[in-house]
Formats: sequence, C-alpha cells, structure tokens
Amino acid sequence: MVSAFLCVFAVLAILIAGNATDHLMGVHALLFFSAIVAWLVGIALWAGKLGDRDPFDETEYEDTLVKFGVAASMFWSLAGLLVGVIIACQLTWPNLFYFEELGWTNFGRLRPLHTSAVIFAFGGNVLLATSFHVVQRTTRARLFGGMWPWFVFWGYQLFIVLAATGYLMGITQSKEYAEPEWYADLWLTIVWVAYLIIFLGTLWKRKEPHIYVANWFYLSFIVTIAMLHIVNNLSLPVSLGSAKSYQLFAGVQDALTQWWYGHNAVGFFLTTGFLAIMYYYIPKRVDRPVYSYRLSIVHFWSLIFIYIWAGPHHLHYTALPQWAQTLGMTFSIMLWMPSWGGMINGVMTLSGAWDKLRTDPVVRMMVVSLAFYGMATFEGPLMSVRAVNSLSHYTEWGIGHVHSGALGWVGFISFGALYCLTQWLYKRKSLYSIALVEWHFWLATIGIVFYIVALWFAGIMEGLMWRAYNDFGFLEYSFVETVEAKHISYIIRTVGGLLYLSGALIMSYNLIRTALGHERINQPTDANPVSQPPAAAELQPAE
Amino acid sequence: MGLLNNHGVFERHSLLLTIGILITVSIGGLIQMAPLFYMENTIEKVEGMRPYTPLEVAGRNIYLREGCYVCHSQMVRPLRDEVERYGHYSLAAESMYDHPFQWGSKRTGPDLARVGRKYSDEWHVDHLIDPRALVPESIMPPYAFLAEKSLDFRHIQDDLKALRAVGVPYTDEMIENASMDLRAQVDPDIYFDEQDALVARYTEASGREGTVQIRDFDQDPDRITEMDALVAYLQMTGTLVDFSTYEAEDLMNAR
Repeated sequence: MVSAFLCVFAVLAILIAGNATDHLMGVHALLFFSAIVAWLVGIALWAGKLGDRDPFDETEYEDTLVKFGVAASMFWSLAGLLVGVIIACQLTWPNLFYFEELGWTNFGRLRPLHTSAVIFAFGGNVLLATSFHVVQRTTRARLFGGMWPWFVFWGYQLFIVLAATGYLMGITQSKEYAEPEWYADLWLTIVWVAYLIIFLGTLWKRKEPHIYVANWFYLSFIVTIAMLHIVNNLSLPVSLGSAKSYQLFAGVQDALTQWWYGHNAVGFFLTTGFLAIMYYYIPKRVDRPVYSYRLSIVHFWSLIFIYIWAGPHHLHYTALPQWAQTLGMTFSIMLWMPSWGGMINGVMTLSGAWDKLRTDPVVRMMVVSLAFYGMATFEGPLMSVRAVNSLSHYTEWGIGHVHSGALGWVGFISFGALYCLTQWLYKRKSLYSIALVEWHFWLATIGIVFYIVALWFAGIMEGLMWRAYNDFGFLEYSFVETVEAKHISYIIRTVGGLLYLSGALIMSYNLIRTALGHERINQPTDANPVSQPPAAAELQPAE
Repeated sequence: MGLLNNHGVFERHSLLLTIGILITVSIGGLIQMAPLFYMENTIEKVEGMRPYTPLEVAGRNIYLREGCYVCHSQMVRPLRDEVERYGHYSLAAESMYDHPFQWGSKRTGPDLARVGRKYSDEWHVDHLIDPRALVPESIMPPYAFLAEKSLDFRHIQDDLKALRAVGVPYTDEMIENASMDLRAQVDPDIYFDEQDALVARYTEASGREGTVQIRDFDQDPDRITEMDALVAYLQMTGTLVDFSTYEAEDLMNAR
C-alpha cells in the first residue's frame, strides 16, 4: 500500500520534471523520482528475501527501524557539525574559506544548511528514533502501521536531502529554520501526518492502561510542529513547475508568524521532544522512577501553554505593535518556571543513584545536558526583557545562547540517548569503551564552554560598541570596527566547535564498535561499576 | 489537588490528550496573531510605498536566494544610536509588500533597511565582487559571479502575478509590461519610451516623484546581469516612504 501511494507521487514527480520552468525544479523532481524508484527496488529485494518470516510480527518490537534511526542521527550530526565548523572558519578567515568561483559555498547558503542539518536532520532523526523506541516500550505494543513507519523514516530523509540540496542550489523561501520551498514543505506535511497516525495508532494498541509521560511530550511535539509548519509555510508557488513561491503573509504579519514558528520550533522541536527523551532515558538508565508525577503534569501543561506566546520577544523594538512585544516578553519570563520545573524533575530522578554521575559518563552527559537546559532557559527569559534585548539583539550573544541550548541541552541529551539505544538494541553488556565516552564528554563540554564564553564576550562587546558615543556626541565606532574586534572571539568559537565535532566523531566510532559487538577489556561496565573509574582518572579537562 | 487527580482521563484517552494539547497550544498564537490581520493600526498610513518594479523584484529574489538575511537585518529600531547610524527607524508600512519579510535576526553585517542611495552603484558592484578590496576588515563572502551571470527573467510576469495573488496591488498594466519594464529600467538608452511608461506606472502607484531609479546599475551595457538586479534592489531599499510628510508624533502612528 505504501508502494502504491508512492507510485502516485512518482507520476507527479515525472509530470513536474517534464514541465519544470526552471532547471532547478527539474533536478529536484528527478531526484524525488529516483528516490521513489530506489524505494520500490529496495522493497522488492527485501520482500524476495523474506521467505516465510512475518516481517510485521506483532509479538516483536520494531527495533530495526530504531537502529536505522540511530545510524541516521549519527551521520547527520557529523554532517551538520562539520558544516558548522566550516562556516565558523569562513567568518574567522574569510580570505581562506571563501572561493570566488564557488558561489554556492558562500556563508549565506551554508548557514541554512548548517541549521537545518543539526536541527531537522540530526535532531529530527534522534526524535524519530527515540519516539519509535519509547512509544513501543511504554505501550508494550509493536509500532502501528506495518510498513508505514519505514515510509516516515525514508520520507523524512528524502525531505532532508531535498532541503539540503535546495539550499546549495539557491532554492529557499528565506524564512529562518523554514527555508525549504513549497514542494518540500508539502512532502514533509504528508510524512508528518503519517508520523502522527503511527504514533497515535501505537497508543491505541497499548497494553498499558496509562499513557506514559514521555509520550505526552512526544505527542505535543508532533501535533504542534504540524500546526506551526503548516501555518508558517503558507505560500503560493509561482507555477507548478517552479521552485519559487511567495509567502501568503507580508511584512509585520509575516514577521510575527515566522517568530511564532521560529520560537516554537525551539519550544516544541528542540524542547518538548527532547524532554520526552529525558523522561524515558534518564529514569531507565539510572533505574529510578521519575522524581515527581505531579510535577510532570504541571510541567507539561504549563510549558506547552506558555511557550507558544513567547515568539514576539524576537521582535522587540521592531515595527510590531508594542502590545504584542510586551505579551511575548511577559510570557517568556513566565516560561522560566516550567522550564526549571522540568529540569528539577529530571535531575532529581537521580535521587538514590547519585553515584552513577561518577561511574557512568552517559548518565553524567544527560544530567549535564539538564544543567545546560537550566542555564539556557534562564538566559532566554533574561534576553527577552526589552531593555536587555536592546543590547543583545542582532549580536553574537543570540548565537551563543542558541548554542548553549543546542550543543549543551539538545546535543548532550541526544548523545546520551544514542549511547543507551546502541547498547540496549544490540543487547550489549556495555558500550565498546567507557573511556571514549569520557573523552567525548570532556571534549564536548570544553568545546561548549569555549563556544559560549567567546560569543558572550563578542556579543556584549559589539552591542556596547554599536551604541558607544564619544565626547563630542558622535557614534564612537564604525560598523566594521565592531566586526574587526570580534576576530579573537571567532577563533575561540571555531576551536570550540572543532572540539565538539571531535567529540561526536569519537562517539560515532564508539557506537559502531559497540554495534559490531566489540568490547574493550579492563573497563568498568554498567553492571559492575568500580569505585575508581580509571578512565576518569587518566583524563583531565586540561588537555 | 483535585485537578491533578483527574489527570488520569488524559492519560487513558489519547484522543482527549491530543485535543487538549491542540487547544492549549492554539490559544497564545490566536490571541497574538489574529488581531494583526484585522487591526487598522497594525500598518500606518504613509506616502510613497509602492509595489517593487520587476527589476527590483528580481533583485530581491537574488537577495533571498543568496541568504543575505542571514547576516543583514532590514529593521532599524527606534534607538538613538541606530537612527544615527542607519537613518529613520523602520515603519511597518515599509515591509508591507515584502513576501516574505526580511527583517532578519542578526547583524553580522550592518542593517540594510536604508542602504538605498547611500553608496554609488560602482561602490556596490566593486564591494559585491570583492568586499575586502573596499573594506579590508570585512568578512562578507564575495559575489563576483553575480556580475557574470545573466539575469533569467523569462518568468517575471508569473512572479508579479503570484505577488498580486497574495496581495501586492500590481495593476494589469504592470503585469502585462513586466518584462519590458525590467529591461527599460536597466537599459535607458534603448528603451526611451518604455522608460517613461515605467516611471509613470510606478510613480502613480507611489504617489510620489522620483522613486524609480533608471540606469545601468552594473556598468555593463552589453547585458542584464544578476548584479544589475541586486544593486537596483539595494538602491531602492528604504527610499520609498516620504518622511517629510510622515508625522511620527501623530497618535494615529503610535504603536
């Protein structure tokens, strides 16, 4: 049935390829068509090898898909972080990293590639993999829909490839974090609806009377992202054969819609989705129940209610009516409370198992991610105060803030989940090397600190320089002097990014060796923690 | 607390939970966004705003394509230093024909809301080709390829039609002559009559003289390049509204 459904799209793609008014659209339509052909061939080969085996055996969990999701997450994290390091180098050494003949490698095209790769490709795949894993375990039912979860997985990868190649070719609707053009958006909508149905279908099949808290968060993520995605991407294509479209809204209305979307992409993609990970993987890894059931109820409803209001704090002092700015600011400050409520609920889950912080670097990674979450969700409300925002807005401070959330919170909780998933799904007693997890942890932590401190410095400095006056009442600095002043910070930021990327490389190596069943001898295992982890002792943050 | 004890209802019924979530997350957006579409004072009344000419639309599309918004905002805030650095603070009306808006969120480079007519065409062209030749400390990417690439405007009429469909008041005449208007704006020596027609059309829409700039923007008379379009767009930004008639203190203009 999935295949028949896809054939319809294959025909559509060929029609569009034939009628494309610009060659970029033709390229994408052909890419789309080839992806569907590849799917059909893949299915045929797979079905041929099945024999008598029931591929959708209801007594077993669908774990192969989750393994694919882990692999995809690993791959996209490396790709996204690598592009991040490249664009950091471009800003630091423009003479070395810009190529006049290669216009498509310019910062303006690579930055959306970086943000989409880390948010939607890496983050999205982590969410797909973990949600499919968690919903099965907490309902004690196999994923609903037979082949459809595979459609969601591969359909999502196709969306990523369409988006990424589009940016490089110059196809963009220029809305931050929503750059893909109309046809990629439509495709994502179809994939997303299938995702929602699979998730709800699995809940309907559940053998547990109650829906576990992690699933509330996943559900709010799926439902709200659907709403945000559809409204923010309302646009009119120039023609069916053209990649270009024009947004339905303009100017001030479009700006508010965009930041309602943009801020809640943070809220519902990068927060509630990953809080779901927190609510399952931390209790599971430390083998303790969630700290407070009541707190999780209050946390959940207040967080999703308040988050949606916060968008206008991206538009302080703009042409947006002031009442809307004030509402956004007020709710942003209120948001501090549910955010910290969630953090407390996660951290306190370690009650009675605090020793795991010392013995299990995977647990430490997830708890430190909550510390970064707490820090970023304090910094966010602070920056949303109008007076602070007049200084911080448009500066590197914003970039630093985003990265303390993205690298610290989203990155670390995801890495934690990936370590857990690889070990559990391949049924290994331990990861290949705990020492390498320590290396990953410290490299990445130092990398984040380098990154955010450098950008605090750069951001506050440039904010102050922009508004500095000399004794005669004239502006003290020209714009380019503020650019020049940030050079050292940019270097430190690039080093921080490199450290973080090397940590992710080490993780990938570790995960692959774990999946292959290799195990290092002479290391503490989860089952048998030793009191003095040798790995921690031989490694200090100073290297 | 009784309320919390009844939470089991949501935990046992996935549809109730879904609907509960949907209602909870809709409220904030509805209250903030819906009024902007109906309130009359969302966008102030100004003189001079007009739909962009076909060449400016093409240039703006290059601005979007290259991701200029990633580093350049187009929103001057009403703060003393910004007004002195960039010019009059931006009005909502100035982006009313921007589908989508280009306010931006980061100033890795300076704000561009009022860059129009601030520098010469030669400066823009040289700067886009090699930013560090003019500003040694600049970290902007080079855009030399724009000067090499001919502008593809075969479908410019469709662009204007789509823009009209989403609310930009292009007249039939503007759409009919889109392609000729584009050529006339960049090549005045050849299209003398068409140039007058172009100016008349967009001046009428603007209600103000002198908003249409006509010249060979990239100083390459042989062909129309993407550089022509982009520079034409940049030279127009922020120049349309007549600030001599705009009364910031008027209560109607308070936000």
